[in-house]
Amino acid sequence: MRKSLVIPEFAVIRDQNLCIQCEVCVRQCAFEAHHFNQADRKVETDNFRCVGCQRCVTMCPTGALRVIRYPNDFRPNENWPAEEIQRIYKQAETGGVLLSSMGTDRKYPNYWDHLLLNASQVTNPSIDPLREPMELRTYLGQKPAKLEIKFPKKMRRFDINKITLKTKIAPQLKLEIPVMFSAMSFGAISFNTIKALAEASRRSGTYWNTGEGGFPASLYEYGPNTIVQVASGRFGVHSQYLEVAAAIEIKIGQGAKPGIGGHLPGEKVNEEISRTRMIPEGTDALSPAPHHDIYSIEDLSQLIYALKEATDYRKPVAVKIAAVHNSAAIASGIVRAGADIVVIDGFRGGTGAAPTRIRDNVGIPIELALAAVDERLRQEGIRHQASLVAAGGFRNSSDVVKAIALGADAVYIATAALVAIGCHLCQKCYTGKCNWGIATQDIHLIKRLNPEIAADRLTNLLNAWSHEIKEMLGGMGIDAIESLRGNRLQLRAINLTDAELKVLGVKPAGESL
Amino acid sequence: MKSKIAVKKKIIIRPEYCMACRLCEIACLVKHSKSRQILKAFKEENLTLEESRIQVQQQGEMSFALQCRHCEDAWCLESCLTGALHQDEISGAILIDEEKCIGCWSCIMSCPYGVILRNQKTRKVATKCDLCPDEKIPACVMACPNEALILRENKNEK
Repeated sequence: MRKSLVIPEFAVIRDQNLCIQCEVCVRQCAFEAHHFNQADRKVETDNFRCVGCQRCVTMCPTGALRVIRYPNDFRPNENWPAEEIQRIYKQAETGGVLLSSMGTDRKYPNYWDHLLLNASQVTNPSIDPLREPMELRTYLGQKPAKLEIKFPKKMRRFDINKITLKTKIAPQLKLEIPVMFSAMSFGAISFNTIKALAEASRRSGTYWNTGEGGFPASLYEYGPNTIVQVASGRFGVHSQYLEVAAAIEIKIGQGAKPGIGGHLPGEKVNEEISRTRMIPEGTDALSPAPHHDIYSIEDLSQLIYALKEATDYRKPVAVKIAAVHNSAAIASGIVRAGADIVVIDGFRGGTGAAPTRIRDNVGIPIELALAAVDERLRQEGIRHQASLVAAGGFRNSSDVVKAIALGADAVYIATAALVAIGCHLCQKCYTGKCNWGIATQDIHLIKRLNPEIAADRLTNLLNAWSHEIKEMLGGMGIDAIESLRGNRLQLRAINLTDAELKVLGVKPAGESL
Repeated sequence: MKSKIAVKKKIIIRPEYCMACRLCEIACLVKHSKSRQILKAFKEENLTLEESRIQVQQQGEMSFALQCRHCEDAWCLESCLTGALHQDEISGAILIDEEKCIGCWSCIMSCPYGVILRNQKTRKVATKCDLCPDEKIPACVMACPNEALILRENKNEK
């Protein structure tokens, strides 16, 4: 056997004074980092197997465990950090593409942390959301350029009931909070996870997205809160799938891996997933990198209208693209192609599996893409023709507020949602051994996520964020989220270059109107 | 002697959420230990999970934590030679008076769930779940991290 040169990433520190040899850690670790030594009647740990998911730390009844970064120093070298050396060892041993999951963990500037919100002082009153009305409701979909109103020929006294709207309003999605759950497929995540997302969406008046995994028939009751995806693999797309949903999303790209398709390994394709995705059991579900029928904006338009036709023009159709260098021009084309909603997914967005180098190096941050797209659509006078949804690494309510001020109608969250139900960002989704019962189809592991608890946690998170968003709006003296949209004067930037300020369309902190 | 009333605290088992972590066993063991402290119970009293009054049953993908069901028509009460097993008149729980128990194991043989255990370490008596009479919520239910054990208060009082 050839010796592997890879050293552990984590060390598990067990306080023997606290360990009661109960073996909870042994039973909880799907990576088999802990084992019970029968001869010595002692639990032991193999640091090589630890992925740093913190499951054992959380479950240990006596708090005997600690997971730390493996305390080992390579010879210091600024050009060759330990991580790069380790990755070369891994590739030299396997000959494979490095795989990762979730969003990039590289240190790139996070522009949300460089943007500051405004508040009212003296000259305009701030609003207390606990005592005064505050509206977070928003509608996604195409808005008319103008409203035509029909008055009756004779109307002696003004009677609003006799006035009718002549303009036909395009189908809209009604959101009670401008935060939706972004696409995660059944297959990448467990059934219990999507059930919790669906339930939380219904309770909070928002939407969850099926991703490319199809829509399990047993969850059709959540249809009014579901956005179904039509992606390059067309998995699980059939007339009823489109019919039960509230909206349809065409996925062109994903922030974590722009230009890359998807691959659900055959081992995960069990009976239920096979039925939902409409593929044979045990076969790999391969999503091509492009849609093979979309090579131009005109082709995209055909698919958009095919889907609208199939659903009788009753449902908005969204198009999701990854944030890349030419997002603004592409988004303009998407709006002109007839999309009701444009979704931009930034490069900090997560994924169930992606080549590490793609995840860490392809795409641009959502803040810049969002600002560029919103600006471009406004310049072209077509911003009203589609709603803009931002996605990719939203961590908290202030990120959401800043995104809306930059021009988004709503945001998508997924990593934050998974963290709410237990994800510890260990980035091992692609192994299918998620110890938290989220990104797995293992019959033992899926039981670890109780959808009732998870739905409560997600609802609590959205509830907490909505309170915080209301407080921030109130501080700015704004009483409706729609009044903040694209209101970049409520933002000031700190520590950014002139070029960045120009793209973001934001003034530096300290500069007044 | 037959039991008459339905137990008021009913522990509901939900195998679909049981992940066999056995934290319920640990909690039960600590609760019924002398010290009632987890470290002392394991390190000084040398208790082992096999002695817990709640036992996780596991086969293949199925697992669930099983403890005394506190049957409305309990067979163990009928089989008890000395009347050590009795029903608490207020809570409806099936309890054992260890002073009266002679360790004949008749109850163990009669229990259809196999949830009465032999306590051979201290005295040769039977031990079983007592629904933690001094706690509002039994220790196992409190300890279950995934709500695979939940408590249902039975309101149909007789």
